[in-house]
Amino acid sequence: MSATTPIAPSAAGARRTDAAVPRSHEKGWRALRAHWPQYLAISPFYVLFLVFGLFPILFSIVLSFTNWDGMGKIEFAGLAQYAYLIQDSRFWNAVGNTFIIWLLSTVPMLALALGIAFLLHQNIRLRGIYRVAFFLPNVTSMVAMAIVFGSVFSDSFGLVNSALTAIGADSIPWLSSSWGIKVTIAVMVIWRFTGYNAIIYLAGLQSIPTDLYDAAKMDGASTWQIFTRVTVPMLRPVILFTVITSTVGGLSLFTEPQVLLGNEGGVGEAGMTIVLYQYNQAFTQFDFGYGSAIAWALFVMASIFAIINWRLLSERDRTPRAARRSKGARS
Amino acid sequence: MTTADPTRTAAGPAPAARRTAGDRRAILADRVEKVLTHVLILVGVLLSVFPFYWLAVMSTSTTGEIFGYPPRLWPSDSLVTNLQNLFSSVDILGALLNTIIVSTLCAVLVMFFDSLAAFAFAKYDFPGRNVLFVLMLATFLIPGSLSLVPSFMLMSSIGWVGTLQALIVPGAANAFGIFLLRQMAAGSIPHELVESARIDGAGFFTTYWRIGVPMMRGGLAFLGIFTFITAWNDYVWPLIVLVNPGRQTLQTALQNLNSLYLTDYGMVMAGALVSVLPLIGVFIIGSRHFIANIAAGALKG
Repeated sequence: MSATTPIAPSAAGARRTDAAVPRSHEKGWRALRAHWPQYLAISPFYVLFLVFGLFPILFSIVLSFTNWDGMGKIEFAGLAQYAYLIQDSRFWNAVGNTFIIWLLSTVPMLALALGIAFLLHQNIRLRGIYRVAFFLPNVTSMVAMAIVFGSVFSDSFGLVNSALTAIGADSIPWLSSSWGIKVTIAVMVIWRFTGYNAIIYLAGLQSIPTDLYDAAKMDGASTWQIFTRVTVPMLRPVILFTVITSTVGGLSLFTEPQVLLGNEGGVGEAGMTIVLYQYNQAFTQFDFGYGSAIAWALFVMASIFAIINWRLLSERDRTPRAARRSKGARS
Repeated sequence: MTTADPTRTAAGPAPAARRTAGDRRAILADRVEKVLTHVLILVGVLLSVFPFYWLAVMSTSTTGEIFGYPPRLWPSDSLVTNLQNLFSSVDILGALLNTIIVSTLCAVLVMFFDSLAAFAFAKYDFPGRNVLFVLMLATFLIPGSLSLVPSFMLMSSIGWVGTLQALIVPGAANAFGIFLLRQMAAGSIPHELVESARIDGAGFFTTYWRIGVPMMRGGLAFLGIFTFITAWNDYVWPLIVLVNPGRQTLQTALQNLNSLYLTDYGMVMAGALVSVLPLIGVFIIGSRHFIANIAAGALKG
C-alpha cells in the first residue's frame, strides 16, 4: 500500500500529455501506464474469472462432445451425448419434475410474499422483529433444514401425519409418493424464500408515493381495491425481478431433493431435478461428458425460460395498464 | 326561516348522532383490521420460525421420543447426550473449524478485492473502464451449475481437490460485490475529496485506504456478512470437491451424518443445530444492515 511515490509522477505524466498533445497511440499508452494502480485494483476479479470461470465453461463445451470418465483418454463423440440426451427418459423426467416443483412453489410463494409485504407495510408495531423472523429461513443452511423437513414430513412418525391422524384424516405418504415428494420439496422452497421475496416487495411498496394511496382512500377505495388497483400495478418491475430470480433458483434446485431423498431422487425418481441428475451422472456415474451436456441443456432451457418470462411480464405490463386506464376514463 | 329552524334543530342532532355511530363503527373497523393484520402476520411468523423450534425440540429428544406418538411438542433433556454422541461419531469440531476458516477468509478477501475494484471503477476514469465494467456485469448471467464438472477437473489437475483453498480462491472476488460497492461509492464519496488527496500527493492505494474504505464502511459490512453466510451454507461445490472424509465443512459433514447414522435421529438433529446456531447469531447481529441492503439491491436490479 506504499504506492505514494509511483502515483505522483503518473499524475504529473497525465498533465504533461495534456500540455504536449502527442500522437494518439502514444497518449493511449501513457494513459494506460498512468492508470496502472487502477488496473491492478480491478485485476483480481478478471484473473479469477478467466481461470476459474471462463476456462472451465469453455472446457465444458468441449467436454459435452466427448466420452470421458475422468480417468482414461478423452474420446471425441460428436453429438452422441446430445443425441442420447434427447431420448433419455430419465432426463425428461427430471425436466418435468423441475418444472412441476417450480410451479408448485413459485406461485403460492410470490402470492404469500405479496400478502405479507402488504401487511407489513401497514403502520404496525414490531415491524423490525417481524422482518427478521420472516427473513431467517433464507439465511439458514438448507442441509440442516432439509433434514428437519424430512422428519416433519416423515411417512411414519412425522408431525404432519401425526396431526392428520389426530383429526381423523388419513395420513399421506409424503416421502414415498410422486406427488407427496414434489409437494414436500415445494413446501421447503416456499418456506425458505417467501420471507426473502416479501422483504423485496416491502421495499418496493415503500418506494410507492403515499399520495397515490391517499388519493385512492379519498375516493373511498377499500383495502382490497387499493391492493389490486394501486399496489400490484406499481410493483410490476419488482414482481418481474422476483419471478426471474425464482426461475433461476427453481431451475437449479439441488440441495433440497439431494438431502431429502439422496442421489437417486427418491421413489421412481419423483424428486430428481435437472441439477441433481447432472450431479448424479457426473459425480456418481463419472460420466463427465454427459454431465456437461446436461449442464448446457439446462443453460439453454433457463435462457429460453428467462426470455419468455420477461416477454410475458413486460407485455402484460403494457396491455392491462392501458386497458385499466381506458376503463377508468369510461367510469 | 322559522320553519327552517325546527328542521335544523331536528336534523342537527340526527347527523351528529349518525356521525358518532359511524365514527365508532370506523374506529371498530380500524381496530378489527389492525388485530387481523397482527394475527395474520403472527401466523406467518410462527410458520417461519417453527422449523427452528422443532429442530431445537428434536435435538433435545432421544430417538425414541422423536419416533413416539403422540409427538412430544416441547424440548426434552437429552441435548448433552446427543452432543456427546455427535462428537464421538464425526469430527464435527474439525468441520466447524474448517467452515469458520473458509467463511472468514472468503468474507475478508471478497471485502478487500471487491472494494478495491469498486473504488477504482467509481472514482477514476481510465481507458476501457466502461467496457470492463459491462463485461464484469455480463458474468452475472452465467449460472454456477454450468461449470461444476470442468471446475472439478481444473481443481484435480492443479491438485486442489480435497483442500480448503478450492473453496476460498475461486470466489475471492465477485461481480456482485463490486457492482454493489461501486454503486454506493459513486454516490457517497465526494469527488473533491479524492481530488484533494491526489493533489496532496497521495497515491491510489493510500487514497483507497484513507478515504475509500471508511466511506464504503456500510456496504462493506453488508458484503462481509452476506459472503460469510453464503460461504457457510455453500453445499454443492464442497460436496463435489471435498473428497477427503477427514476434511469436511459443516454442510457436507452433516450430510454424511444424515446418510450414515439415519437411525440416531436425536444425534443428527444435534448436528443440524450446531450448523445452524452460529449463523443465526451472525444474522441477527447484522440483520438491520443485511435486510435493508438485500432489498435495495433488488430494487436497483
